[in-house]
Amino acid sequence: MAESKLDLLKGTLDLMVLQTLIAMGPQHGYGIARRIEQVSGDEILLNQGTIYASLVRLQQRGWIAAEWGTSENNRAAKFYIITRTGRKQLEKDAAYWRRLAAVMGRVLAMESDGGDK
Amino acid sequence: MSVLRQTFQRLLALFRRDRLTTESDREMASHIALATDENLRAGMSPAEARRQALIRFGGLQQAREQHHTARSIPALEILSQDLRYATRTLRRDFGFAAIAILILALGIGANIVVFSVVDTILLRPLPFPEANRLVRIAPKVSKCGASCATYSTDAVQEFQRQNKSFSDFTGYDAFTAPGNWKLTGSGVPLPVSEIDVMDNFFHTLGVRPLMGRLTFTAEESRPNGPPVVILSYPFWKRQLNADPNIIGKSISFSKTPTTVIGVLPDTFDFGSVYSPGTKMDIFTPYVYDRVREYGNMLSLTGRLKPGVTLAQAQAEANLLFPTLDGSVKKGYKGGYTAQLWDLKEFVSGSLRRSLIVLWGAVGLILLIVCVNLSNLLLARAAARSKEFAMRSALGAARSRIVRQLLTESLVLSAAGAILGLGLALAAVFYLSHQGSIALPLLSSIRVDKTALIWTLFIAVAAGLLLGIAPGLRISSGNLQDVLKDSAASTTGGRGTARLRSTLVVSQIALACVLLIAAGLLLRSFLRVLDVDLGFEPSHASAISLDYADSGDPVKRGVFDRDVLHRIEAIPGVQTAAITDSLPMSRNRSWGISAKGKHYEPGELPGTFVYVVSPGYLNAIGMRLIKGRDISWDDIDPKQAVVIVNETVARYLWPNEDPIDRIANVGGDEARVIGVIADVRETTAEAKAGWQMYISAAAPQYGPADSQLVIRSSLPAQTLQPTVLATLRQINPGQPAADLKPIQLLVDRASSPRRFFVYLVGIFAALGLILASLGIYGVISYSVTQRTQEIGIRMALGATQGTVQLGILGQTLRMTVLGIVVGAIASLTISSFIASLLFGTAPTDPATFAVIFMLLAAVALAAGYIPARRASRIDPMVALRNN
Repeated sequence: MAESKLDLLKGTLDLMVLQTLIAMGPQHGYGIARRIEQVSGDEILLNQGTIYASLVRLQQRGWIAAEWGTSENNRAAKFYIITRTGRKQLEKDAAYWRRLAAVMGRVLAMESDGGDK
Repeated sequence: MSVLRQTFQRLLALFRRDRLTTESDREMASHIALATDENLRAGMSPAEARRQALIRFGGLQQAREQHHTARSIPALEILSQDLRYATRTLRRDFGFAAIAILILALGIGANIVVFSVVDTILLRPLPFPEANRLVRIAPKVSKCGASCATYSTDAVQEFQRQNKSFSDFTGYDAFTAPGNWKLTGSGVPLPVSEIDVMDNFFHTLGVRPLMGRLTFTAEESRPNGPPVVILSYPFWKRQLNADPNIIGKSISFSKTPTTVIGVLPDTFDFGSVYSPGTKMDIFTPYVYDRVREYGNMLSLTGRLKPGVTLAQAQAEANLLFPTLDGSVKKGYKGGYTAQLWDLKEFVSGSLRRSLIVLWGAVGLILLIVCVNLSNLLLARAAARSKEFAMRSALGAARSRIVRQLLTESLVLSAAGAILGLGLALAAVFYLSHQGSIALPLLSSIRVDKTALIWTLFIAVAAGLLLGIAPGLRISSGNLQDVLKDSAASTTGGRGTARLRSTLVVSQIALACVLLIAAGLLLRSFLRVLDVDLGFEPSHASAISLDYADSGDPVKRGVFDRDVLHRIEAIPGVQTAAITDSLPMSRNRSWGISAKGKHYEPGELPGTFVYVVSPGYLNAIGMRLIKGRDISWDDIDPKQAVVIVNETVARYLWPNEDPIDRIANVGGDEARVIGVIADVRETTAEAKAGWQMYISAAAPQYGPADSQLVIRSSLPAQTLQPTVLATLRQINPGQPAADLKPIQLLVDRASSPRRFFVYLVGIFAALGLILASLGIYGVISYSVTQRTQEIGIRMALGATQGTVQLGILGQTLRMTVLGIVVGAIASLTISSFIASLLFGTAPTDPATFAVIFMLLAAVALAAGYIPARRASRIDPMVALRNN
């Protein structure tokens, strides 16, 4: 089962967190982790704890902000919200990923032309 | 931008560590709670809900550490952790830390002081703007003192007009004497050191005034021009209470009201550049037309035009100087040559080698300090090997332990550097306020930014050097073995013992090199002190005489006799006499030749001339070899007399009796009446040149300013009040000058050598002490380690003597090895210090032998203490004490 899960590439988790925050609005770490798991269709190997290193990194860069609040079932939790610079950064990174994915797609789609003579 | 922000946040995190940790813990707890809640809702049992939540979270501690690493800078955290641990360990071992820091402070402090001296004298440019364009001009070969290093007024003005290389060209009157002027006003007149400088002197150097102006007008540089003066900063501060409105005010020198036109800045010290060991108080205009016919007067400095090289200027000087006039009026050429020197090179070039040797010596000291402490740390590391093994077993990486050791040694060296800096500041302050050491620029030594950077550099270097040996030991040893070792193990690690012995051997070798250098320099210094000066400085002292006779030679003669008569009447005074200049101070030279003989131009060197009263030879202690002294009756201008030294007599009248021969002295005829033994007139180290003594009573030589020389068994300080009172009775205008022992002049002439000998000697002594400490430490440690072994051997019949001998033998082996290495190193570098020695070969066997014996004796003494302890070991106690 573990074999079939995808390893996360460096930097991709940050991107996912930013995108999740845009999609969901203010959210706590558990919510973000759950959402990423759901969206990825459980295909990603993610220890939920890993998300916190990503969150502190994004926060130190000023791309997200955090505040303590209360969850819907009345638990204290730290809520994160994306900042304006965070949105800009997300746009840039997302564009980069789309380009990279497209290129990778094209490269991997190359047909063999029988070059191994 | 965001990276900067992140770095800042991470740095901040270092200081908010605890709060951030609590907060992240809280956040993760809330995560687990939320997940558990959800699992409960999904219908799990409470225990299973929490278990699943934790599984999905994936390792709480791991997440914590990840979080921590992400938000902070781990390297810095480890450093601060190591620092705290290091200070804690060192505090626990306070005795060790205190000694280590003190030794380091001495080593680093000495390095800072020497660096400051080297930096000031050698490395830093002179304290003038664009100092690299400043050039000193002196004759190519100087055959006599100051007279041959100077140029006539006509020559200088001609060169000023004709040259194309210099933007400014200037000079000062080289024939001044300390205390030649007197400050009059209220109370007793005070002696003041005055010097005449050309109108553009300060402009050429680029000195900016603190107040007023520093150039003299043409009007002020004319005979009978308005008297004006420029004050040095210390004089202004001391004598005029730093009066901020002094410009335009008038002060009285010899009762002549003189207008102050400028004050020099604190940074300008004439003596430190041009005449080390002297202080100039005031500067007055060089009055060209008053001294035009006085011959060579000016000592020269120029500022090259931008873009002109020294070689180009030299080429031009080679063409121009031989054409310059000695005197236009008298119509003779000066026959000048000129060698151009970079001013900095001229000021400090001759000291380069001494300073480099000093720098090397102090570097060796630091090396010895490091080796010594390295050894101590190694012993500590060996004692702490269990601790390190334990930490290693608990998961500390080896690099982490080495890092810890390095942090400890860096903490030590940093503490040593701070203390050393304090010591150095005190020493530098002392040196810069030392007037009696004739080293250039000494008054301007500071611990400046460069010195601080140097301090940082040596502190880090020392720290690394210290930590390397123990670090290597730890990282190469097998820690598991150490853990398994039983407490009674006798092997303190063969490797450690060998490493420690090697360190001691190298320490002895380094100390040996230092001691030999110091020994050679000391022997040279003793040789210098031993030189027959040709006069007897002890029991002689001198004071500047003031005259109120406006230069009337007849009045002067009467006055002089009166002075000598009354001074000799003072109880305790054996004899007194008058001279215009003392040996080893100001000098000037004329020519002397045998009448009726022909000499090639330039064949005869300039001859130092002294105008003296009868009895001077006796008062200063010069030895008359032939003939007689000058007498009060030698006043007939037609029967002038002269006394020459042996060198002159031998050259002018070889194999003849010089007495009653007629000589040509500065253009006039004089009869030789006596020959004296050669006198060292500049320093004890230079060979005696040509000298002659003529009568102050003979009116044709013109009265000059005078020094009263007194020979007495009483110290100068005791005599001073009586002498001064007597002089002031005869002439109320006599300033309150000091009666200075002649020995001071001799000491000042040898002060650079003394300075270097003292410093190198102190370093060598320090090196010896450190080396003996090192020997003691190692031997004593090995005795402790081998207590049991020694106990067994004594139980089997070894006597106290054999045990002692064995240990002393171990000491001796290390010492001999160190001495051999040190001697070889000394021989290789001996040629380098050869030029600093005086009357001593760089391979002087006596010095080498004495140093070897000294080292061996000290080493054996250091080894004897532990050897004695070892021989007192009670076998029963040693064996039982497992």
